Amino acid sequence: MTFKTSVELLAFHNVAYTIYAMLIISVIIWFGYNLTRTDKAKPIVRIPFYGYIGFLVAMGVGHHIFTYNTIPWVSEDIMRHNIKPDKVFEIKVANHKFDMPSKMEIKKGEKVLFDVKSSDLVYGFGLFRQDGSMVSQMQVNPGSKNDLLWTFNECGEFDVRSTEYAGPEGNNMFVKKAVVVTGCGKNGGKS
Amino acid sequence: MSLMSGTNFDASKLTALQKVTLRAVVMSFLFYGLAAIEGTLMRMALINPSIPPIKGSAEHYFSIMTVHPIIGIFGSTYQLVFAAFMFLIPFLTKKPLYSVGVANFVWIMITLGSALAWIAAFIWHYAPLYTLYWPLPADTEQFKTIGGIVFIIGVALIMVGTLAFIYNIYATIFAKVGVHANKTTKELLISGFGIDGMLNLINKLRGKPPYTKEPALSLPVVAIFRGTVDTFLDALVILGAGILVLVYLIADASGFSWNVHAIDALLYKNFFWWGLDLVADGLVLIYVAGSWYLLATLITGQKLFMENVARAALLLELFVSWMVWSHHLLADQGQPEMMKLISGEMVTAFELLTQGLALFITLMTLWKARPLKLTMELKYLLGGLLGFGLAVPAAIIQADMGMNRILHNTQWIIGAHVHIALLTGLYMTLYSVVYVLWPLVTNNTKLFSMKLANAHYWLHLIGSIGMGAFMGMAGLDGMLRRHFYMNGEFKTFMILAGICAIMMVTAWVLFMINIIMSVGIKGLIGVFLPANDDTATFGIDPQPSVVASMKN
Repeated sequence: MTFKTSVELLAFHNVAYTIYAMLIISVIIWFGYNLTRTDKAKPIVRIPFYGYIGFLVAMGVGHHIFTYNTIPWVSEDIMRHNIKPDKVFEIKVANHKFDMPSKMEIKKGEKVLFDVKSSDLVYGFGLFRQDGSMVSQMQVNPGSKNDLLWTFNECGEFDVRSTEYAGPEGNNMFVKKAVVVTGCGKNGGKS
Repeated sequence: MSLMSGTNFDASKLTALQKVTLRAVVMSFLFYGLAAIEGTLMRMALINPSIPPIKGSAEHYFSIMTVHPIIGIFGSTYQLVFAAFMFLIPFLTKKPLYSVGVANFVWIMITLGSALAWIAAFIWHYAPLYTLYWPLPADTEQFKTIGGIVFIIGVALIMVGTLAFIYNIYATIFAKVGVHANKTTKELLISGFGIDGMLNLINKLRGKPPYTKEPALSLPVVAIFRGTVDTFLDALVILGAGILVLVYLIADASGFSWNVHAIDALLYKNFFWWGLDLVADGLVLIYVAGSWYLLATLITGQKLFMENVARAALLLELFVSWMVWSHHLLADQGQPEMMKLISGEMVTAFELLTQGLALFITLMTLWKARPLKLTMELKYLLGGLLGFGLAVPAAIIQADMGMNRILHNTQWIIGAHVHIALLTGLYMTLYSVVYVLWPLVTNNTKLFSMKLANAHYWLHLIGSIGMGAFMGMAGLDGMLRRHFYMNGEFKTFMILAGICAIMMVTAWVLFMINIIMSVGIKGLIGVFLPANDDTATFGIDPQPSVVASMKN
């Protein structure tokens, strides 16, 4: 099981968390109702204390193991210093403006490094689809290395928006269709 | 029964301790209302940006966003928590509060500080947000220097009030009077940090007799003691950041132009988040766990289930809460990967364990005492448990390098996690405390209407979960948390979240009507008049030698 894009991951997350939310709400309602009853409630499941503790530890740690093995950008992000990117885009940010190539053209499957430098404030660098959903993002700190290595597994045109607040003027930090990804063939978006 | 005189409330019969508690509670709920109205204004502006008073102005929108958490967290939550604890510590330890005068100083400082911060945003549109990411708070090209100075002085006053609260709490706990007359400081420290609980558990595993059969401090006091350590560290960090900003602003006002990049932005972020995270992961979780334990024992009248485990968990949380701040920096590529992995992911995951334990122990204590009457305090407690049951796993999910890449700074974070944790989890717990303490603090004043109380409960519960959920769904669709959308993006979710926000404001109005109709306008004014009775204890005969030195 591998999530190729954030759309797939977020859809899975949405379903999984909704199920969990319904479950915990139901448990508390069931619990509250049975607290008031005089006759002894029959437990639906009997979980030993150490089983519960083990479950919490397994969920806390297992969650990270699961994402490491199913989300491709995790290992790529950790190992990015040892990976040679196919393309590098150097981007400068200052005075609430992005200074970057007018069109960043990428082929599907290429490893692209967005190297962003801020010379004044803390900004964000986010890539968004045309429907507004997020592809990826990072913080852009002045005086620090801000490098996002990303493999586009989808084609299309993507907007760049600052994902961090840098004063009211930063609200306009939006570049429409700054990134174009091609190479998906006839049935997979832009070719 | 009337608006002027209330039900049977008589402010003239309140002790100094009761009065100072109620003063802070009144200010807390006034600030809560302000925060709720601010939040609703922002929600409305995301539906229709031109709606007054924001009228499509990003400056105005972000000014509100800056003071909203200051008013909500410090003006309201801090005041309510501090008020409750400065009453509960004397109540639980059977000792007088160290100083009612200091307690008065606390609520006055926090009220003044919150008001100043609000004024700075309202008049000068000072808007660096609560995160104060360096060098934005010192950016005098975007913000007026005077606005920044007033804002920082406001925050500093809040922190001074916080330090005074801490002093009062520890001075009370360590006072060698009453039941602690023969206790040593070492014994109180061992108990305060939950070390005795841990030693009891270890001895049990080794087949030895318990380290102590009667710990020096009761469990809720241990939680308050332990949470206050984080409150102290957090106050120092926020004060430190405030002084830094103030120095730069004063230099600017004096005609000097200092290089803001002399301060490393990422290092500052680490320092600031280490302190700020102690509010969320240290203070809130620990104070809340302590409140749950107290409420469960008071509601059931029975001992806490697995008390030694609860004490040991509080000790564990000591190490966890100090080491988890990097989960706020998972999107910062300059942050070392090992810190992201260990502090941001692995240690943070332990909060699932500590909070899961607190949830389990509380539920089991209630379960073993069934059948219970579904009182207001029990209903609110269940709501609080549900809130954290929803919000803590949401936090663990986003504190992951894979998930954070697509969730950081989205509405998911602030909705599904933060607002559900605060409004459903924390506030429902605090409302439960309010209902438990109400008869004690008001001398058994009859509540005006149970129907209003129930309406408040359901509107707040459904409104808070609903708002957090719809904000979260918008976040999954890519909506950012610190962006003013002006072109109708994510409108359906924003309308639904807006309806839920209005439900919560309505809930607050009903709650205030119920309280005011119970205590009356005269009673409300009377709370702020000097007390005739200087007693700083509750539930025991005052000790004249001690009480005499604690004049209001």
